[in-house]
Amino acid sequence: MSSPTPAPLPDAQVPPPGQTGVVAPAEEPDGGRRILHEMLTSSWLVSVLAVVLALLIGGLLIAAADAAVQEAAGYFFSRPGDLLAAAWSAVSEAYAALFAGAVFDPRAEELGRAVRPITETLTVATPLILAGLGLGIGFRAGLFNIGAQGQIILGGIFAGYIGFTFDLPPALHLLLCVIGAALGGALWAGIAGVLKARTGAHEVIVTIMLNNIAIYLVAYLLSLDAFQRPGSNNPVSPPIPDSAVYPLLLGGGYRLHAGFLVAIAAAVFTWWLMERSTIGFRFRAVGSNPHAARTAGISVNATYVWVMLTAGAFAGLAGSAQVLGTERVLTAGVAASYGFDAITVALLGRSKPLGTVLAGILFGALRAGGVVMQARTGTPIDIVLVVQSLIVLFIAAPPLVRSVFRLPSPGVPRAPKPVVPVTAKEVSA
Amino acid sequence: MSAPTIDAPASARPASPQVLPPIRWHAPIAYGVVALFGLVVFGLLGPSGETSTFGISTSRDFVQFTPFSVPSKLTATILCLGALALAGVSFYETRRREKAGVWLPITYGVLMVFAFLVWAVAGKDSALPLTGLLQGSLFLAIPLVFGALAGLLCERSGIINIAIEGQLLGGAFLAAVVATLTGSAYAGLIAAPIAGALVGLLLVLFSIKYVVNQIIVGVVLNVLVIGVTSYLFSTVLKENPDTWNNPPGLPVISIPVLSQIPIIGPVLFRQTALVYIMYVVVIVLQIMVFRSRWGLRLRSVGEHPKAADTVGIKVNRTRLRSTVLGGAVAGLGGAFFTVAAGLAFGKEMTNGKGYIALAAMILGRWSPKGALAAALLFGFANNLQLQLSIIQTPIPSQIMLMTPYIVTIFAVAGLVGRVRPPAAEGIPYTK
Amino acid sequence: MKLELQGITKTFGPLVANDHIDLVVEPGEIHALLGENGAGKSTLMNVLYGLYDPDEGQILVDDAPVRFVGPGDAMAAGIGMVHQHFMLVPVFTVAENVVLGHEPVRGAGLIDLPEARRRVKEISDQFGFHVDPDAYIEDLPVGVQQRVEIIKALSRQAKVLILDEPTAVLTPQETDELIGIMRQLKESGTSIVFITHKLREVRAVADRITIIRRGKVVGTAEPSTSETELASLMVGRSVDLGVDRSVAVPGEATVQVRNLTVIDEAGVRQVDDVSFDVARGEILAIAGVQGNGQTELTEVMLGLQSPVAGSVQLDGVELVGRSVRDVLHAGVGFVPEDRSTDGVIADFSIAENLILDLHRYEPFARGVALRPAAVRENADKRIAEFDVRTGSIDAHASTLSGGNQQKVVLAREMSRPLRLLIASQPTRGLDVGSIEFVHTRIVQERDNGTPVIIVSTELDEVLALADRILVMYRGRVVGDVPGGTDRDVLGLMMAGVPEDEAVRQAAEHHTALGGADLEAAPPTPAPTTTAADTATPQEEL
Repeated sequence: MSSPTPAPLPDAQVPPPGQTGVVAPAEEPDGGRRILHEMLTSSWLVSVLAVVLALLIGGLLIAAADAAVQEAAGYFFSRPGDLLAAAWSAVSEAYAALFAGAVFDPRAEELGRAVRPITETLTVATPLILAGLGLGIGFRAGLFNIGAQGQIILGGIFAGYIGFTFDLPPALHLLLCVIGAALGGALWAGIAGVLKARTGAHEVIVTIMLNNIAIYLVAYLLSLDAFQRPGSNNPVSPPIPDSAVYPLLLGGGYRLHAGFLVAIAAAVFTWWLMERSTIGFRFRAVGSNPHAARTAGISVNATYVWVMLTAGAFAGLAGSAQVLGTERVLTAGVAASYGFDAITVALLGRSKPLGTVLAGILFGALRAGGVVMQARTGTPIDIVLVVQSLIVLFIAAPPLVRSVFRLPSPGVPRAPKPVVPVTAKEVSA
Repeated sequence: MSAPTIDAPASARPASPQVLPPIRWHAPIAYGVVALFGLVVFGLLGPSGETSTFGISTSRDFVQFTPFSVPSKLTATILCLGALALAGVSFYETRRREKAGVWLPITYGVLMVFAFLVWAVAGKDSALPLTGLLQGSLFLAIPLVFGALAGLLCERSGIINIAIEGQLLGGAFLAAVVATLTGSAYAGLIAAPIAGALVGLLLVLFSIKYVVNQIIVGVVLNVLVIGVTSYLFSTVLKENPDTWNNPPGLPVISIPVLSQIPIIGPVLFRQTALVYIMYVVVIVLQIMVFRSRWGLRLRSVGEHPKAADTVGIKVNRTRLRSTVLGGAVAGLGGAFFTVAAGLAFGKEMTNGKGYIALAAMILGRWSPKGALAAALLFGFANNLQLQLSIIQTPIPSQIMLMTPYIVTIFAVAGLVGRVRPPAAEGIPYTK
Repeated sequence: MKLELQGITKTFGPLVANDHIDLVVEPGEIHALLGENGAGKSTLMNVLYGLYDPDEGQILVDDAPVRFVGPGDAMAAGIGMVHQHFMLVPVFTVAENVVLGHEPVRGAGLIDLPEARRRVKEISDQFGFHVDPDAYIEDLPVGVQQRVEIIKALSRQAKVLILDEPTAVLTPQETDELIGIMRQLKESGTSIVFITHKLREVRAVADRITIIRRGKVVGTAEPSTSETELASLMVGRSVDLGVDRSVAVPGEATVQVRNLTVIDEAGVRQVDDVSFDVARGEILAIAGVQGNGQTELTEVMLGLQSPVAGSVQLDGVELVGRSVRDVLHAGVGFVPEDRSTDGVIADFSIAENLILDLHRYEPFARGVALRPAAVRENADKRIAEFDVRTGSIDAHASTLSGGNQQKVVLAREMSRPLRLLIASQPTRGLDVGSIEFVHTRIVQERDNGTPVIIVSTELDEVLALADRILVMYRGRVVGDVPGGTDRDVLGLMMAGVPEDEAVRQAAEHHTALGGADLEAAPPTPAPTTTAADTATPQEEL
């Protein structure tokens, strides 16, 4: 320890600004005013406003790209009202279609079809929640796992292979497929965990590389006879037999399958794991301060491996939801962009199980609604990516949202709590 | 220490028996195993009676060389034996606790690559164009070099730049649009850095002002740029490609005399302006980062921001400037994807190159010349795969496509070892 | 240059670090700012140096009000500062560090290195520093790093030099040299503000003393004021400067360290063939300047690092090669030297911090399930027992003061039956009250029959606690001497001088502080002393 400490405290008893936990009640505003003040400074309000702000900016983009709006802008100075009207109609139609595709379709003739969108949302949310839970565990343990994409693919490969190759009794077959999926994802993530622990290789780089390798791996496998659908030259596997698929929850008319229940169960399990188990205690300890954890006898390297295995298993389950539930077949596009979307889901959910479930449903809604929006109003689904990333950015920066909406800031200036613990420094083995 | 007391040696006891740290055998073992594998697969089990043909000149060269052929099996065997000998040298030096020079891994790498090439092209009628291989490697390395330089500019100042991907994509987009609108590829080249700088500005704003984790901001900005460019592509560019997305390409400029040098002439000096800019940027940054006032301050902010603050250097301002500059450099690299070859912009066309650039930066140990070398290595791996897929080798194309990524993992896990990034990287500075 | 602070107030949230502080530094004066850890000295100096913006009050230079927006302004006004934690970039050379921020340049903004080297040499020669301008900071011992800091300040024409706890990292002899440098600077017209909590040094060097307590100026004093008087001013009550303890009754030697050697990744021998025993009921203090292998030694004993050779046996059981978890489970209590990095997890609750190493055992866990009730019950018990001042056991550790954080660490480490206690820098940065508490608990542990190893760079602490002292220099044990050995002898040994030679040299040349020690004779309840302390004070002040 010959080098000087980079960030000394001013004096032992003086906490640096922003780290003090003692909140001084600046003034005691009484009764209703205090409740109002608390509401205006709550993080829930900020979260809601972040979504609103993101949708507003998305609306600007929708309006800007609309032909009618562009036309009206041409004669803005003679009839400014036309521009506003055109913009309003473009944006409101797009968002109405988004809502209709995500939650409830008022245009549908029967109730069954009207509520179908919400089931689609939950279907899309399933892999997002599962992969997001895994990533969240990693984030809380200080590991920035970008590799859900590859882990989903590996989970899909394992689930698919067991599914279409073997002929087994229904419940057992499904169970084996699901276990296989978890193992596949865990295996892929485990590579990054072991390399991190043994050589210090940064998990961000390794997981990104593993994503790319997984993409080519699934493409390669689908070119082999063992994986290809008989009589086809396309990179598509045989369909998954009924014995290995997740049962549909609402019958034939809807795609929602038991994978969603797996996701909810996984969220409950994650809560228990992180808050109520010794394993989660170690995960959190290593994430918050690997040095202190090591000094207290927790093996940081072993924890890194376990965290990655757990995160990978969850992502693998997300792969199973795709292959055994939504798609019922293994294709090269099994993971779509769920692995990357799950990163934003976990960030938005602040790496907590409940938050991840809600964020997964929100982004599932954007995605499901986006498809309908593109079909009905021609607004490209890419706008969903914009809204999604803006939501995460705004939620990570509450002061920005507060200043946009001119909200009072909370009593004492506090550094925003990092969504992911800042543990850039490695612990040498 | 002026006092004589300080220099007094601790000679209270006789010298302790020399206990030495255990020798680490990883490197020589790895060299040996790979060379043996090559000897068996490329050499001993290689196709007998075949020849491998390599081309050297391009048709436009001043001096023409005819392609040459070598007997595949014999050549591969000899090359692998040479590599095995180098593994022996490494073993010997490790045992003597000496550190082998950098020549060893480079020579070893060249021998193994040639052994592989000889095996891969054995019996093919068409020659493998070596000059083309190098030229293509340099070409494919361009965005990686710019990206890696962008990364090191930011990280040397203490800001982690995961948003290289977004900066490249933004640069590619704006370059295409501006070049199309103005009809000038050079205008596109000027516009590209602006897009990258904007992404850099957002990165540094969220990192410094709102103290958001820098990796998060980077990842999210990548998604944002993909979303915005894809959206505009789908709504505007695709509707009227001729107005918006039909950029002219940069002309190839041959440097007189230099471009006539055999082999390296056409590789290095028959290129577009973007490549010449790249040469300049690498050289200038190599000098400026390590020897100028600007570089000293930049590095001090990334290593020990408080020390920099106490001598009056504005930490966050320095970080802001270098991150915006870094973003601009990456944006310029983005021009590679569109105006460098006169290609139209496409959705997500950077395809993860920003992340590879990040790996190149780490592999190059945060120095411009290291970044250049690492980027060239990745460019070579990438181009090799392209060339070999053209001449139909025994290896499935997907496996070839995986190699750059596998190489990166090995590089990050093995070659680099525990490198030392700037000490204050990723840590927000607040007083 | 005359420097004046008027009514400086600085608050951090609810905490008032500086409360209307007035201070006048006359030209050519050595002005000591005395106060215990946490009194607000460093905050005040950071305000003066432009690092913090004061909430109230003003700074006057030569009677003219000035406003410092950043350290650049303060430097331009002729104020230089040597920080307690050196503000040097470890991977830069001495010359680069010295010129950083006001670099001499040639064309194109390239640094003029010969000129930079010349600046270093000029000042280095003037004061006899012998600093190599091309050496990298990370390779230099802390004493030399401090000189680089002084060169850095002087090269910017500082007229007022602030030295923040400059002696914390020095041996008594180096401290003596530093005092010489301070006098030399004073003669050349530089004013010095000398921040410290060490009474002995203040009396040795200061022209005037200002004492602050809890952010307020509580008085000024002349250097002739007695130590006891200064101490009571500083702490606000009369303090007993020694630790109240009985004579050690060492039992059998249950800890045996043999031929321990640690070589780091760079090939440097951090610990070199170290052997020693510790007996039950004995406190062994390992003394030495920071960075002479003590950290590595304790980390090897805990299993955080593995040695190249050697063994550590506890009750006949080998510890080398075991995991940290096993070593802790074998009954080793470990108080790390850097509590905020290695001791506590800042965003874990106090209750969680109290079970960091025990979370997987009964009663805190059953299988892999944690038992929150048991965790809370334990926390309530420990914070009562160790007097941890906090509102709630659920509060994050980051809300605690340094002293209370250290109590949490001690409470955790002493909450199970120990066979060995290792405490590194147990009181670094603590206020006097906490120091007394920690020392008392450590002595209690000894009296329970536990072998105790203390690692400290503070001779005061070593002398207050040790039954036996091991001095380390460059990874080797220079000597194994009884507690209460003369501090000049220890100081020389800390600089690598063998024991008998050190005794001889100390007798010939007493340091200013060693002299003060004899003169003041603090009421230390005499530990069994065998110090060859025959020297008379030679240097009067």
